[in-house]
Amino acid sequence: MSAPYAKLPAWADYGLIPLVNLAVAFLVAGLVVMLVGENPIRAAAILIEGALGRGQNIAYTLYYATSFIFTGLAVAVAFHCSLFNIGGEGQAYVGGLGVALVCLAFDSVLPWWLVFPLAVAGAAVFGAAWAFIPAYFQAKRGSHIVITTIMFNFIAASLMVYLLVNVLKPAGSQAPQTRTFVEGGQLPKLNFLLEAFGLSVRSAPFNLSFLLALLAAFLVWVLIWRTRLGYEIRMRGFSPRAARYAGVSETRIVIIAMLISGALAGMMALNPVMGDQNRLQMDFVTGAGFVGIAVALMGRSHPAGIVPAAILFGMLYQGGAELAFEMPNISRDMIVIIQGLVILFAGALEHMFRPTIQTLFASLSPRSAGIEAEAGKGS
Amino acid sequence: MDFFTTLILLLDSTVRLSVPLLLAALAGLYSERSGVFDIGLEGKMLAGAFAAGAMAAVTGSAWAGLGGAIVVSVFFALVHGFASITHRGNQIVSGVAINFIAAGSTIILGQAWFRQGGRTPSLPGTARFGAIELPFADAVRDVPVLGPIYSELISGHSLIVYAAFLLVPFTWWVLFRTRFGLRLRAVGENPAAVDTAGISVAWLRYRAVMCTGILTGLAGTYLALAQNAGFVKDMTAGRGFIALAALIFAKWRPVPVMFACLLFGFLDAFAIRVQGTPLPLIGQVPVQFMQALPYILTVVLLAGFIGKAIPPRAGGVPYVKER
Amino acid sequence: MSQTAIELNGISKSFGAVRANRNIDLKIAAGTIHGIIGENGAGKSTLMSILYGFYQADSGRISVAGRPAAIKTPSDAIALGIGMVHQHFMLVENFTVLENVMLGAEGEAVLNSSIGKARAELKRLERDYGLEVNPDAVIEDLPVGLQQRVEILKALYRGAEILILDEPTGVLTPAEADHLFRILRQLKDEGKTIILITHKLREIMAITDNVSVMRQGAMVATRHTAETTVEELAELMVGRHVLLRVEKGEAKPGPVMLSVKNLTVKDARGVTVVDTVSLDVRAGEIVGIAGVAGNGQSQLLEAVTGVRKAVSGTVTLDGTPVELTGEADPIDLRRRGMAHVPEDRHHVGLVLPFEENENAIMGYHWQDKYLKGPLLDIEAIRADAREKIEKYDIRPADCRLKTANFSGGNQQKIVLAREMEQDPKVLIVGQPTRGVDVGAIEFIHKRLIDMRDQGKAVLLVSVELDEIRSLSDRILVMFAGRVVGERGPETSEGELGLLMAGVDKKEAAE
Repeated sequence: MSAPYAKLPAWADYGLIPLVNLAVAFLVAGLVVMLVGENPIRAAAILIEGALGRGQNIAYTLYYATSFIFTGLAVAVAFHCSLFNIGGEGQAYVGGLGVALVCLAFDSVLPWWLVFPLAVAGAAVFGAAWAFIPAYFQAKRGSHIVITTIMFNFIAASLMVYLLVNVLKPAGSQAPQTRTFVEGGQLPKLNFLLEAFGLSVRSAPFNLSFLLALLAAFLVWVLIWRTRLGYEIRMRGFSPRAARYAGVSETRIVIIAMLISGALAGMMALNPVMGDQNRLQMDFVTGAGFVGIAVALMGRSHPAGIVPAAILFGMLYQGGAELAFEMPNISRDMIVIIQGLVILFAGALEHMFRPTIQTLFASLSPRSAGIEAEAGKGS
Repeated sequence: MDFFTTLILLLDSTVRLSVPLLLAALAGLYSERSGVFDIGLEGKMLAGAFAAGAMAAVTGSAWAGLGGAIVVSVFFALVHGFASITHRGNQIVSGVAINFIAAGSTIILGQAWFRQGGRTPSLPGTARFGAIELPFADAVRDVPVLGPIYSELISGHSLIVYAAFLLVPFTWWVLFRTRFGLRLRAVGENPAAVDTAGISVAWLRYRAVMCTGILTGLAGTYLALAQNAGFVKDMTAGRGFIALAALIFAKWRPVPVMFACLLFGFLDAFAIRVQGTPLPLIGQVPVQFMQALPYILTVVLLAGFIGKAIPPRAGGVPYVKER
Repeated sequence: MSQTAIELNGISKSFGAVRANRNIDLKIAAGTIHGIIGENGAGKSTLMSILYGFYQADSGRISVAGRPAAIKTPSDAIALGIGMVHQHFMLVENFTVLENVMLGAEGEAVLNSSIGKARAELKRLERDYGLEVNPDAVIEDLPVGLQQRVEILKALYRGAEILILDEPTGVLTPAEADHLFRILRQLKDEGKTIILITHKLREIMAITDNVSVMRQGAMVATRHTAETTVEELAELMVGRHVLLRVEKGEAKPGPVMLSVKNLTVKDARGVTVVDTVSLDVRAGEIVGIAGVAGNGQSQLLEAVTGVRKAVSGTVTLDGTPVELTGEADPIDLRRRGMAHVPEDRHHVGLVLPFEENENAIMGYHWQDKYLKGPLLDIEAIRADAREKIEKYDIRPADCRLKTANFSGGNQQKIVLAREMEQDPKVLIVGQPTRGVDVGAIEFIHKRLIDMRDQGKAVLLVSVELDEIRSLSDRILVMFAGRVVGERGPETSEGELGLLMAGVDKKEAAE
């Protein structure tokens, strides 16, 4: 609080600063590309071409983005309650179990449009359940939720391997995965949407859960800024003592926020499990839970920021695959670096460039940078 | 005697498996005791392992590998410090970022430089920290009970193993018997007290995170140059988080840290040993359960069912001069 | 006597737009006790923090013992023989006394020998100044009086010749304060220079040789204590003669609206902080609770309003009992007509990053008029906020502005508007004018009297004795968690002061 932040116009605060942070993250990523002896500008061109060049690529980009919207929203809802849910990875993994159980039970008896709502419920309930224990321990016993959710990621991984190997694997099969779902357990693809724009898609896993993700983004916005519950979540997030004073039960609100967060993370599983692979596989989450952290930070925990951030990461994932193809020195792990850099510059170093930008603004127009009133700082 | 031999072998692998945990946990102890939470132990250890493997492969010297590991690991620690001390960023976010950057860059650089699928080249014995036979290890081998304990369990480890265990009393001494330790503990509890006593909070915390960097570098070196013959991608495999769990389990105290790491190392060794074989009384224990046990135990501890783990009071909170 | 220990010339310091110190000159003679007095927020602490190197002045010069000094960090100040006892103790709570004293002055890198030296030095200080304290005791187990002693020992251990004490008596009982003053006199006799920051006139008169008065960041006067009066100092402090007597008519007390019986509250460590307190507040009266900060008033408020659990006792609100020991529900209490202006508006009464209109419904956000089903009725909420802004003259009149951007007085008005406009039966108010400018104080006092005249039962807690005396119809005094006496508003400041120190004149006479 000691360094008084001059006020910046909203567009600079919510647009310029995140963009500068993002640009620096990509600049450093470019340096890594140079370090391995490739041309970063050519790499960027390949990446963009690979992500958006053809209908096929766009469909893949949106497929990845779907998962990241869910996990990004999951992290954001917890952030609003001032909780850091690093457990999205595990919650999504266990959420997959919910999807798979529903699909295995109903795929041959019900049509997909009846299985789908059940699977959504299964994903949400299982994801929420996996978030419940860390939430309960945080609320009731004060255990640090960051640590417990990390631990629960590992516990989830062990649990799922055990279940896949010992319980869910069909007899006679070697691979640790469930049987393939029949039609009732398969979500329709959305590739026709792109084809309607004249793009051609050969085959891509872009599926119905994308629309569900957009719906979820809208509902999260309504929840956080337009409902009593969201108001209480934000109140607790900013000031637990004020929430207590206002009659908001700490235990209740922490658990509810984490349940919603876990449910959103769990719903991510719909996309790969029911929308693409049509079976539950080992490690199907492949880091999407962690990407959610970068997406939420970049999108400043607002759905309007999270959706584009998720699409950007979808581009990185899809374009990165193409890049690995074209440049032998670059594998898809480049994305992991970029993800880390985005988390670093948009998250931990969020305010690094703020003073510089403020000075800049102050020198351009002294009046626009009026110093924020030093209110709330009695002696 | 068969049971005894098995036990010695089990304990021997317990020691080997707990050393990287011990080094990483002690590393975390310095940082967290100074009030800077560090969930980036995993990433720093991984970066250190890669640097060790790469340096040793290029120079053929294990010591150069160690030096490289420490330099790289300290660099990452300083990035964490820059974000969380200088810029007062969120320490958890910064730690997460470092884990990703390390995970990605070790593979990318490894592939670009060595073209072995993210590995570094397999190292000859001379470029590694090999086993050290303690004096008379062979001579006493046949002495009942004590002989095998000395020659199998105590002797025959690499230099880093002995260093790791010596670091336990050393860390205790630093923490509780030196000026640096006194200040380190103070700054993790009440940085304002340290500031008004005329000591720079930032510089003190920077020194603490550098200690962390040195020790995670050592941990990485152990993985790449002692336990294995080179760097393999993702070779830390979550050990940084188990170390963090051990640190919490030990309530941020050096000697209990050692026991926590030995316990977690033992669980690991035990899981490998009993894989598939049913245990008396309990029956078949899924290996996954054994793998998850350290995490489960930590959660149980954090929930306060077996004692309460109270972190350093100023932990996780950037220091801002009050007005 | 005529030697100058410290001289400040033209010291200025701003925090953002706030000018905390303006062009301050000050001369402090060696071997004296020099008081610096001023209201909260007058800039006393900032000035001393600059002298101690905790902040850097924007401009100005400091000289110590006649030599110009560049004090950039506390270590520079310590090297010049300046020590400071901060208002909030700068102690490591789970360290021993010895460790705290040594911290930053350990000597060698390895502690072995220096521990012995420190122990011996502590013994010497204990002997020379009567500063007894067990060096191996852990700070958090010590009472505040002893913790403060450790702070003094810390400064002396570092060889301080000049000792700054910032509001040292705020947390002390009168007996502890007396003991502190004895120590300070003794230190003066040893030749030390002492700077005492306080806003209590009584202390200035009791112990200082010279006194400087600060107002709104400026140094307005310096006097020999013997040659000034309380009245003169008070006027210098406030600047104009503020009419603290609020115009009010006779109270017309009605039926008991709030009744507290044998209420006992313990803190997290299990210490009893409110001890079998009983009180009644009737409709149409203001009951004031006076007391030195930290004597259980805060916890009493929190327990009565359902924010904190009580151990035992009963509270009755308009004839119906309130759940106290279980999960109390502040919303239920509000529904039943209890409004609460909390002591700490920054962390409790308001959420500073919220927009003004969001704060204007806090605690009442469950009411139907603010909701449309599960959704918030944003239009209704903002209209409601604009209405209150108008009625309470909250500035700037922008209900979408972040609450942190309002001044202290306007923030307090946001809270008051929210609570008073609910038309409660009982209004509970803690420190209504803390950190509030003079203009807003008058407004707030008038509103409180209005509430009383409308027949509300008002329970007022304040550490400002003047405020209690000018607003209350009855005054209860709390000391060490108990209500130690009840007096009328005409009771003299002296008598109330004694009660606040746990001394009952009447009982003593009987």
